[in-house]
Amino acid sequence: MRTLKMVKPGETVRVVRVAGSGPLRRRIMEMGITKGVQLIVRKVAPLGDPMEVHVRGSELSLRKSDADIIEVE
Amino acid sequence: MPIRVALAGNPNSGKTTLFNALTGSTQYVGNWPGVTVEKKEGRYRENKDVAVTDLPGVYSLSPYSPEEIITRNFLIEERPDVVINIIDGTNLQRNLFLTTQLTELGIPVAVAVNMMDMVQKSGAAINSARLAGELGCPVAEISALKGSGIAELMDAALAAASSGKACVPRHNFSGAVEHALAHIEEAALHHLPQERQRFYAIKLFERDSDITAKLGLTPEQTAHIEGDIARGEREAGDDSESVITAERYKYIDSIIKDCVTAKHGAGLTASDRIDAVLTNRVMALPLFALIMFAVYFLSVTLVGGFSADWISGALLGRALPGAAKQALAAVGCADWLEGLIVDGVIAGAGAVLGFLPQLLALFAFLGFLEQCGYMARIAFILDRVFRKFGLSGKSFIPILIGTGCGVPGIMAARAIENDACRKLTVITTTFIPCSAKLPVIALLSGALFRGAWWVAPSAYFAGIAAIICSGVILKKTKPFSGSDSPFIMELPAYHWPGAGAVLRHMWQRGWSFVKRAGAVIVPASVVIWFASGHGFTEGAFGRAEAQDSILAAAGGAVAWLFAPLGWGDWRPVTATLTGLAAKESIVATLGILYGTAEAGGGGQAAWSALSQNFSALSGYSFLLFNLLCAPCVAAMGAMRREMPNAKWFWFALLWQCGFAYGAALCVYRIGLLPQGSFGLAAAAALLTLGLFMYMLLRRPKAARRAR
Repeated sequence: MRTLKMVKPGETVRVVRVAGSGPLRRRIMEMGITKGVQLIVRKVAPLGDPMEVHVRGSELSLRKSDADIIEVE
Repeated sequence: MPIRVALAGNPNSGKTTLFNALTGSTQYVGNWPGVTVEKKEGRYRENKDVAVTDLPGVYSLSPYSPEEIITRNFLIEERPDVVINIIDGTNLQRNLFLTTQLTELGIPVAVAVNMMDMVQKSGAAINSARLAGELGCPVAEISALKGSGIAELMDAALAAASSGKACVPRHNFSGAVEHALAHIEEAALHHLPQERQRFYAIKLFERDSDITAKLGLTPEQTAHIEGDIARGEREAGDDSESVITAERYKYIDSIIKDCVTAKHGAGLTASDRIDAVLTNRVMALPLFALIMFAVYFLSVTLVGGFSADWISGALLGRALPGAAKQALAAVGCADWLEGLIVDGVIAGAGAVLGFLPQLLALFAFLGFLEQCGYMARIAFILDRVFRKFGLSGKSFIPILIGTGCGVPGIMAARAIENDACRKLTVITTTFIPCSAKLPVIALLSGALFRGAWWVAPSAYFAGIAAIICSGVILKKTKPFSGSDSPFIMELPAYHWPGAGAVLRHMWQRGWSFVKRAGAVIVPASVVIWFASGHGFTEGAFGRAEAQDSILAAAGGAVAWLFAPLGWGDWRPVTATLTGLAAKESIVATLGILYGTAEAGGGGQAAWSALSQNFSALSGYSFLLFNLLCAPCVAAMGAMRREMPNAKWFWFALLWQCGFAYGAALCVYRIGLLPQGSFGLAAAAALLTLGLFMYMLLRRPKAARRAR
């Protein structure tokens, strides 16, 4: 399964599922990354991590390790 | 009994700007999520019977970090008469998520769609009448910054409060969830007033442990509810929390189409274009270094150099003491009072106030950086680096604010979600030289190193190195190990801060510096002046030479402790101790002690006396210890408040002092080795260095076990 971590800057993807559990998963979903939502990966930080994602009209900074639980297509 | 109004909303949605507009106060506003970490109270300026509470920003009522718990507990325990929910009009979807939760509380809610000026500029339109119908509560369009729509908002909010009718949420969850919620209300919540039941039912359904504990359910009730939750989850096909979250967003998606007409295809905004440069993969780090360098060069070197020549030197050093002496002599003032005023107050407070111009410049620059939106980008580009040391990108914000003052710096650490990471940030924030330590650095670099260019930057590097090394070492110990904290942060749009806001910020911090000089440094200077000029000589108390004074006796009693660091003399030791009251006192104390003892006056004479008593090496050791050791009492108080218990607080102080002592010992004793000086202290220094390197480089137990 492809996860958000693997998405290149400039690409637009749709969220299939947020895997994992606990506060991290909950936080991700509360920030608007829920099933079916469209994400645009804006850029990756200079040192390769974290990444900036456009979701529901706002820009979020997400670590790649956290992006790895977000399955996309 | 006043009408209680609470302001709630997402971080960085403009609550504090609205609070200031409502109350006429001047609370601090920045442009990054998490500026407000404590609730603040004020009175509505149009009607003093209305008490307004500004709550820390939250994304949801299921709290993760301490400031979110403040907001939630305030809402469910204090139950204000009306909640004004501020939402960012440029970002309705995510902001409405919290709105769906607030409307469930059973408290009247009024929604304020903020930043309407930006919404209109972007060409979008919001149908607020429609939105009010969908949400079931009044909606007002405002711009907190421009001050428009605020009177209408307050009319709507106060009408809602006086009606006393709770907001009835219009959104429903799916059949399976509603079924479970009805069962939970039936089983456990019937003793509560009708309008509060829904909020608690949803929280119980989400298995919120905090709320469950608060309700004090019987084991039978808990078991019964667990059955309902499990059934709901089976039907909905996901765990209960996710079902609720997903359905809230589904509801928002369903209403947003009718309420908002956005203009699409506008392409990149100005903010996007700025960001493309400032967080560019190649340019971001060099630009960051350049910006930081420029800020400190302009304020410390340029403005600082000017003010050292003209204000500390000419005005406070020569003109003012001279004029004061003449004036006092003219009115026939007693010798001792003249000494108190000239050598105590003017020498002490003057030494500190001479640094005001460069601090004002520094505060203006920091204020600009905080308000334009660059802070969150700094966290973004540096997260990778900080994570290596057990910190997060968000730790940089406390540290950067800490360059101004450690107290707000330590408090800003609250926005960090992860517990270990937050504690680590609290312990290390004051390693970075704050504005009060700047005079100490400037003084020593001027007096002992002839203003060598490398001294001031090296103080900052020492601070950064102390932060990094502490992070690496502590992260390998058990209490700080564990998984990385989630780092999900909103990057706000850039905006050009108003000159008024930047100047007000500069003025507030500058004024608090002056007040400290008045309230702490002047009394401390007087005490030091008195204690250094009086003592027991030949069995009687009276005026005494400095070396026989009570201060010399007190400093001398602990001076042996600092002898291995190269400055076991009572004067620097006393200065260090007074530095615990406020770090600027170190300068004031040195000014008084070396001034009166050797040259009969403050100013340049005192500093040349100082230089005769220090070598470059012992001077640097003194500087290093004072930069890294425990902060002033105000910052210690902040540390105590941010730590969960006294044990952690004492650990933090011990760590800071131990680190400072070790660093100063190593610099001084190992620096002396080339001169052929070797003794017990040098051996101790080498041992300290060895232990330090071991702790820095060892592989933690947990990692070894994992292999």
